[in-house]
Amino acid sequence: MTPLPELTAENTAFWNGGADGKLMITFCSDCAAAIHPPQLVCPKCWCETIESKAVAGTGTVYSYTVNHQPWVPDMQVPFALAVVDVDDASGVRVTAEVVNADPETVTIGQRMRVTFRNLDDIWLPQWEPMI
Amino acid sequence: MTTKAAVTGVGMSQIGRRTERPAMAHLVEAAKRALHCAGLTKDDIDGIATYPGKADNSPGMSPLGTGEVRNALGLKTRWHSAIPDGPSQMAPIMVAAMAVATGQARHVLCFRALTESSSQTAAQRASIPGAGKARLGGWLSNLVPAGAMSASNWAGWMAMRYFHEFGMTREHLGMVAIGERAFAQLNPLAVMQTPLTMDDYLAARMISSPLGLFDCDVPIDGACVVIVSAADAARDCAREPLIIEAMGAALGSQETWDQRADLTTMGAHDASADMWLRTDMKPEDIDVLALYDGFSIFVPYWLEALGFCGHGEAKDFIAEGNIGPGGRFPVNTGGGQLSGGRLHGFGLLHEACTQLWGDGGGRQVANAKTAVCGMGGGFIAGSMLLRRD
Ligand SMILES: [Zn+2]
Repeated sequence: MTPLPELTAENTAFWNGGADGKLMITFCSDCAAAIHPPQLVCPKCWCETIESKAVAGTGTVYSYTVNHQPWVPDMQVPFALAVVDVDDASGVRVTAEVVNADPETVTIGQRMRVTFRNLDDIWLPQWEPMI
Repeated sequence: MTTKAAVTGVGMSQIGRRTERPAMAHLVEAAKRALHCAGLTKDDIDGIATYPGKADNSPGMSPLGTGEVRNALGLKTRWHSAIPDGPSQMAPIMVAAMAVATGQARHVLCFRALTESSSQTAAQRASIPGAGKARLGGWLSNLVPAGAMSASNWAGWMAMRYFHEFGMTREHLGMVAIGERAFAQLNPLAVMQTPLTMDDYLAARMISSPLGLFDCDVPIDGACVVIVSAADAARDCAREPLIIEAMGAALGSQETWDQRADLTTMGAHDASADMWLRTDMKPEDIDVLALYDGFSIFVPYWLEALGFCGHGEAKDFIAEGNIGPGGRFPVNTGGGQLSGGRLHGFGLLHEACTQLWGDGGGRQVANAKTAVCGMGGGFIAGSMLLRRD
């Protein structure tokens, strides 16, 4: 069973954005800093007015790993996990499973687009290669 | 606080796999050995500290808190604390140093007890933080639901980026694992005693690329006790006090395993830079290195963080034979966690103290007078310098 995140005021937009097919990132409404993981306050300027905005949903692989060990009984292996620098959100990385690709073909610098997997009230981001 | 605190005793239980011994039995064995080492009695102990405190989020990861250990040992204390959120597994030793430096206590018993080998076997569960909980909060909630359930995944993508930028290969990490195994074969307390070759290392199954089985430390059952004493009280102990020359606990990035701008560095770099600001000593003054090796990749990170070589140079530093038996900067001379077992840094510190007291037997580093200890990986980091006069 996949453990799910608990929904909070600051992270609900991120985890529910997939219902509309959107990658929702938190930004400071004052200094425009991208804030991830989402927070109620901007860590740069302490502004408490934050907003969630849809970004393009694309990015570039900063790093990755291919997991071969079934950590829980029903885990299907191997699969790749990609740490992706998200376009339009400076400094933000979203780490997610890579789908629709042979895990051994993932590379640093590869371009990815987001897709989502719905479990209960959570839409988990997943990355798939753009080409 | 420099030179106001010292390590005066260390003790370790008989570390093993699937010992089926209660955690408290391991703890008492380690405490008796530490008190004997220090020449103290239980009535001399007036402080107690641990990391992280009693926890049930991962099987056998921390079965004992300060409360039960105080009760079991009949301690009357003037200071006690368990520190889950401090700067690494070293936090209780740092807090103990601050407690004795400010007069809160004279002799603080710091402990770490684990029964991960027996407990994971019984529960048929690996060490997965947060497993079994209905919903996850905090930084785990951005990793575990994605399938990044194990620290080996988090260390895996750090290693992959590091390999990409600096041309490190699996063979370099193999040299770390093989060197530590060679030390383990000289340490009767180490759990992994069979020889390890590069062929063995490369043939072992992949866990989370580029990290394979021998890049991961070994879950064990055991306990370790480190006694931290006020410098003036330390002079009355049985062994020469090991002065805490400097500590570092700085952290410049947020508490995640994926958002630090440069993942070829980690919290160790911040903590270590801060530590060197508090001493006139330099890396070239160090005789013995005790570096966190929950995963082999942390060793080159710590070497660079502490300034033993430049950023990206660890692969050559390792390949030149600096860190194994006979090297100029021997790392984890007791076998480390890769071959000695996962005591969450306490075992590494135990070995460093053993070396400084000249008790290293066949693995003794000649005339070892100074040691550096770095604990933690990812955003978790604490650094400490020890010396004898
Ligand atoms: Zn702001």
